[in-house]
Amino acid sequence: MLVTHLLARGQVLAQGPDWISFDVGAFVDQFWSNTFDGLTYGAIYALIAMGYTMVYGVLQLINFAHSEVFIVGAYALFFTLAALGFGPSAPNLNVFALVGDLVLAMLVAMLAAGAIAILLERVAYRPLRRRKAPRLAFLITAIGASFAIQYAIFAWRGPNPEPALIMFRQQPVFEVFGAIIYDQQIVIFVAALVLMVVVDQFVNRTRLGRGLRAVAQDPDTATLMGVNRERVITLTFLIGGFLAGAAALFYVMKVPAGVQYNGGFILGIKAFAAAVLGGIGNIRGALIGGLLLGVIGNYGQTLFGNAQWTDVVAFVVLVGILMVRPTGLLGESLGKARV
Amino acid sequence: MTTTQNPSPAATPSSGGDRRLLGGLRDRWNGLPRAQQWLWLIPLVVLIYALPVLNPPLLTTEPGTNFPIALFDAARFALLAIGLNVVVGQAGLLDLGYVGFFAVGAYVAAMLTSPDSVLTTIPYLWTLPIAMIVTMLAGLLLGGPTLRLRGDYLAIVTLGFGEIIRLLATIVGPLKGQVGFQGVGRPPGTDADGQPLFANSDGTTWYWLVVTITIAILLLVGNLERSRVGRAWIAIREDEDAAQIMGVPTVRFKLWAFVIGAAIGGLSGALFAGQVGFVNNQKFDVPTSVLFLAAVVLGGSGNKVGVIVGAFLVSYIPNRFIELAGYKYLIFGVALIVLMAFRPQGLLGARQRLLAYGRQAYQRLVGKPEQLASDNPMTAENGGDR
Repeated sequence: MLVTHLLARGQVLAQGPDWISFDVGAFVDQFWSNTFDGLTYGAIYALIAMGYTMVYGVLQLINFAHSEVFIVGAYALFFTLAALGFGPSAPNLNVFALVGDLVLAMLVAMLAAGAIAILLERVAYRPLRRRKAPRLAFLITAIGASFAIQYAIFAWRGPNPEPALIMFRQQPVFEVFGAIIYDQQIVIFVAALVLMVVVDQFVNRTRLGRGLRAVAQDPDTATLMGVNRERVITLTFLIGGFLAGAAALFYVMKVPAGVQYNGGFILGIKAFAAAVLGGIGNIRGALIGGLLLGVIGNYGQTLFGNAQWTDVVAFVVLVGILMVRPTGLLGESLGKARV
Repeated sequence: MTTTQNPSPAATPSSGGDRRLLGGLRDRWNGLPRAQQWLWLIPLVVLIYALPVLNPPLLTTEPGTNFPIALFDAARFALLAIGLNVVVGQAGLLDLGYVGFFAVGAYVAAMLTSPDSVLTTIPYLWTLPIAMIVTMLAGLLLGGPTLRLRGDYLAIVTLGFGEIIRLLATIVGPLKGQVGFQGVGRPPGTDADGQPLFANSDGTTWYWLVVTITIAILLLVGNLERSRVGRAWIAIREDEDAAQIMGVPTVRFKLWAFVIGAAIGGLSGALFAGQVGFVNNQKFDVPTSVLFLAAVVLGGSGNKVGVIVGAFLVSYIPNRFIELAGYKYLIFGVALIVLMAFRPQGLLGARQRLLAYGRQAYQRLVGKPEQLASDNPMTAENGGDR
């Protein structure tokens, strides 16, 4: 009833130039395709959110520079793919060669992102930790590191995005509720999910993972029990960097012209919002938060009729969640995450 | 007095020399009676006012940048830094979206004076208080829900706020995105030739206006710092839980700091809009916000003189050395890391007085000149060897 009424009105508040207009018709029409596309974006957010959430779980530090870890991975990916002969049009490769190339590029991106994450930890955060600096100092260092890396890339590559790289032409696979699902969406969603399950199992099942959870729960006691805290911290940054590097592959697959000096910044804030939404410090929370945020952002975009509303909606969701349930949907518990 | 202070060795391994010199100067300054301090300040203030006319050869930014306009920029940055210092330096809240308030102020001034606006226009000077009121409301709106959160969440929420303001300016129709508003108003008055006193091309009169406002704001903020409010801020910054236990309504005072800081940011934004005469969505991005933070941290957060020096450096260096302008975010980003690692208190670190509210009170209580604590918000945890 309400929906049909709104459909008939078309745009609410329309007089002169629109302050804010709602396009309910498009929202209803594209609901399912938005949902599936949002899940794809959400999987990418979730991969990046893992980096934020794990570092926060272990150090109680918002690693602002994680978005730059991601973008360094994206640049490494870009150069590898360009060297392998990828360009603005999809290459003619058989499936195995294509997958081989993509996996190789992903590995390079993961290594680059992991390396920069560890470097960041060594150069920026470790001296502060040794001095037992207060939190504000960590945050300021993190934001400084974020800008230093961003504008070092800017000085090197200039303000424009790198030329688009198309990895393969996406093909429709099947239809659900009138929404076409593309192979690309399936690849991104499944691969991201697999990576996250691997990390979740690593943290929950292995010896190193147990050490990580121990440090997250109580660093001093963990040290007394023989856990090497510094090594755990390095490991955490490394895993976060690896996942950010992997996310770079899927992000460039989805947004071919997204490799730009500040391309990670907003993505990083959204990934952080996803981590908070799910409960920061909680690995499974990052997954749920990422998927939810991806879908909500997509809904907002069609409802308000401009792609930039995605970011606004994401921030509003972040503030809303923090007001109502600051610990997120699943609560903050890297330490308590158990099978 | 110099013998009583005991700077923590961890915080100042390499800066003993300048610390002694600066500290000595500062002690002598603090030892002067209030009236003499004022007397000494007069020539300094006169010099500051005379700067754009003198255009001293080494200091000048020409031919790269018009010197009076560069000075206006510096003064505007100083005003912003004083406002941000209330939030970051006094109350210890990390606000990364300060540019949002600056933008709100600029847009209020633009939309109420520009002929391009959908709103009715009013004389420019009226927009200054209105900009302050509107940004205060914006600060209330943002701070109300978020100041209850832990400090590091606040940082990212304010970052998001700054970005939302910029995005809204882009995508909400009447805010006119990149097209922007031409012909933003200016204060009334013409000179002998019939030219407007406050021209967009000439920064001198604007500079004098901003310096005057900055001095007024400095006095206001200084009085606030010495009042009960300022004591509450310092208590919150040093240890929020302890402050709460001692009966300080922490959320209310944090909100006060946030709102006062926001109002000063908005005022600066309105002045900026007036001088440039044109407002669009391009100058209010997050990197600018980080530049503001760099100004506060570089100069020494919590120290009003320090943040003015920091603001001057941050705005002056890219104007003076044009070839560095493209690298300013890189330079100040690295500067933040290096500062936090080696000199977290900034160039002119704040020495928190043990009794924040007055040396007379301290003298009366202890019977000797006040002792300066070596503490600082950035080094609070290792300054305990007094």
